[in-house]
Amino acid sequence: MNVSIEHYLILSAILFVIGAYGIIARKNLIIVLMSLELMLNSANLAFVAFSRALGDMTGHVFMIMSITVAAAEVAVGLALLVSIYSHRETLDIDVLKILKG
Amino acid sequence: MIVWIVLFPLIGAVINGLLFASGLWKKALGGDEHTENSITNIIGCGAVLISAIISTYYFVQLLSLDPSERQIIQELFVWIPSGEFTVSFEFLFDTLSCVMALIITWIGFLIHIYSIGYMHHDKAYAKYFTYLNIFVFFMLILVLGNNFPLMFVGWEGVGLASFLLIGFWYEDTEKAYAGRKAFIVNRIGDFGFILGIFLIFFIFGSVNYQEVFGMALDASFMSAVPAAVITAIGLLLFVGAVGKSAQIPLYVWLPDAMAGPTPVSALIHAATMVTAGAYMMARCNVFYSQSPTAQMIVVSIAAFTALLAASIALTQNDIKKVLAYSTVSQLGYMFMAIGVGAYAAGLFHLVTHAFFKALLFLGSGSVIHVLSGEQDIRKMGGLRKLIPITAITFLVGTLAIAGVPFLSGFFSKDEILAALYDRGYTIHWIIALITVVLTALYMLRVYLLTFEGKTRVSDSIKRYIHESPYTMTIPLMVLAALSILGGYIGVPDFMGKVVGLHDTNLFEHFVSSSILIDNAKEVGHHLFGHWALVGFSIGGAALGIIIAFYFYYIKPSAPEKVAKDIEPLYEASLNKWYVDELYDYIFVQPFSYISRKASDFDIHYIDGSVNGIANIVKEMALTLQTAQTGVIRSYATLMAIGAAVILILIVLL
Amino acid sequence: MFYVFAALALAGALLVISFKNPVSSALSLVLTLFSTAVLFVLLLADFVAVIQILVYAGAIMILFLFTVMFLNLKPEALKFESKNLPFKVSVLLAVLLFVGYFASLGFKKGLSLINVSSSNLEGFGTVEGVGTSLFTDYLLPFELTSVLIIVAIIGVVAIAKKRAN
Repeated sequence: MNVSIEHYLILSAILFVIGAYGIIARKNLIIVLMSLELMLNSANLAFVAFSRALGDMTGHVFMIMSITVAAAEVAVGLALLVSIYSHRETLDIDVLKILKG
Repeated sequence: MIVWIVLFPLIGAVINGLLFASGLWKKALGGDEHTENSITNIIGCGAVLISAIISTYYFVQLLSLDPSERQIIQELFVWIPSGEFTVSFEFLFDTLSCVMALIITWIGFLIHIYSIGYMHHDKAYAKYFTYLNIFVFFMLILVLGNNFPLMFVGWEGVGLASFLLIGFWYEDTEKAYAGRKAFIVNRIGDFGFILGIFLIFFIFGSVNYQEVFGMALDASFMSAVPAAVITAIGLLLFVGAVGKSAQIPLYVWLPDAMAGPTPVSALIHAATMVTAGAYMMARCNVFYSQSPTAQMIVVSIAAFTALLAASIALTQNDIKKVLAYSTVSQLGYMFMAIGVGAYAAGLFHLVTHAFFKALLFLGSGSVIHVLSGEQDIRKMGGLRKLIPITAITFLVGTLAIAGVPFLSGFFSKDEILAALYDRGYTIHWIIALITVVLTALYMLRVYLLTFEGKTRVSDSIKRYIHESPYTMTIPLMVLAALSILGGYIGVPDFMGKVVGLHDTNLFEHFVSSSILIDNAKEVGHHLFGHWALVGFSIGGAALGIIIAFYFYYIKPSAPEKVAKDIEPLYEASLNKWYVDELYDYIFVQPFSYISRKASDFDIHYIDGSVNGIANIVKEMALTLQTAQTGVIRSYATLMAIGAAVILILIVLL
Repeated sequence: MFYVFAALALAGALLVISFKNPVSSALSLVLTLFSTAVLFVLLLADFVAVIQILVYAGAIMILFLFTVMFLNLKPEALKFESKNLPFKVSVLLAVLLFVGYFASLGFKKGLSLINVSSSNLEGFGTVEGVGTSLFTDYLLPFELTSVLIIVAIIGVVAIAKKRAN
């Protein structure tokens, strides 16, 4: 099957947009974090697709870096989330607005 | 090393200032006042003494050199390396600066000793000695520098030291204002001086003495320079001298400067700072001797100053004010001599004046000290029996300044008068002669009213009268001896021949090595010979003394009657001819008005605009603050919108 | 093959943002990640695909599930603050999508999937290939990521520690 690179790229774009929608439209903080992961995943897909198209290993390497960063970020994010929950008893992002002003 | 002459007072000032004047010794190191004062004395006086000894050593060195080569130059380092305008820190020790350095250091030393006694009870004892050392340091830089900028450094420095010392008791606002007035009036003179230096550099391309004077002596070089330019240089430099040495119209600071401690008046306003102008003009003799116009202006202003100041001194009742106006008058004499080209004569009078004027000031300080602060001569009298040493030394000083024969003042004054007459300045000679009469008159008046006759001292003070301590009387005696003997280094030839000596004018021969041009043109109408001129000056002095004796000893009630008869003149003289009031009306008031208006403008508009800009920024910040809601959702939305916009732009462009 | 797994990935994504229950969302995300891994294999990126499953789907999603269960969260109601919000957001995202598509069209000019049998593709996508590239050209970023991980560990421990109140 002759699948050209544009298909992968369009898929990546759609996944990215879905992730963005998730961040903006959902109230629950955990869902927001998961949508963030979705966006990262879509970016990784784009990386690998381009790497295949150019014949360069750089894309793969970067994808591994990206996964690493995502892992670290999830860890810290969840730690923060646990801490917030133990403080404020809520995970509704519309309620958590101490940083106003 | 010539630089050590200059450095020791600086070291003394730094040690005294940092350790004692700053309060470090007392507060941080827990020292007591007695040791503090003792160490201050040793360091302060010692520093000047060492400078004096080094100066004397170099004086002897100069004597061993051939007269045409009597100069020692020492360069320390290049101060301003700026292409053509290269100025180094270098010192010149020739006969002219030698004379000045010896006067400054030795008389300075005597005054330091005197101050130990005079300022004994003052709280700011160490600060006083620090300032005195700073003054000596700058004065030495002034006379020892080998180029104009260095002289100007010293010039400004002594102005500063004078300000600090005049306003020493600054808690009294009047005294602080006196210091301020001195500095500002000086500054006006300095402006002219700087312009003179600029012009010198413009014409000669250098500010080093040897280079500039070398070019100025070269006839082929000078033929390209218009006469007006040389006159301009001379006059601009003279403006500086007018300010520093209190000639008309910038003399008004000197009488007010009497607000400072009396030893300060002795050192600064009798012996040294006010003579800086005379030194400077003697140093620049090359310019003045080539510009008859400048010379005429200098002599005229000087003559007028001498006469005016003497007329004011006649009626003053504060003992220090009389001496102040006397100083202005005697400075007029010095400038008259320099103006006609008789530089050696002017310098000789500078030296003798340093002796007897310092003596007079210190003597008056002793009187004030003894009378616990009284300065009005109408409240003195009959003190000769009570404080004999002070009285006798004061009498010596008075006779010296009056020009009584065989004392130092006689020789120096006589030379000036002879120079005026011989070079054709007859009118100025007459004015100088009248001033001789007035000088004798007012000085004898002061002496008689202070020391002779029935005492008018109030009883409460009379109980405490006793002679001043040794630290004060010994300098008086030394200066008296100098006033008597000091004149003999400059006996004119025609007098020396009488006792069979030749070439007796040692002083003139010594100083002439530094005077590069001395236009001793003798203009022809010699109606009176040498001895006749001497007779005139002795006669003038005698006339003054007789009149004073009559008015103040024989018939003490006479002066009041005379004063009433010529009341308008008397009032004018007493009020200094209202010059200060005139200056205030013409200059000070309009200037204060402008300053106030400028200050208002500054506060209102300039500060207003700056504050206004700050306010605008604050308003903008407040407006933008509304975007910080803290709701993450809106942040994310805005980010997405932003990303979309950027993408659209990338695609479109 | 591609279309099957692409569809699966899309479905998973949509489900992530739709479920009320966080646990269900997490599981949908796992589905998406697996599908993406298969797509990686189709792109001849074997090593990366396995890494994706091991790390991403394995570790990270487990972490999520642990947290969700630990916090005992209840399903939320999908309430929005303003009625128009989802519409506006959708429009915005549609724009993004179109732009992304048109941007990607620009790449048509130079790129196409290269054939496997080309000579310079020896070891493309294998462990060897990745390893070589990682430890020679990109050594510095590799080291830096290890630093990053250490920082993250320290941060997590510091944040989640129970304060003695």
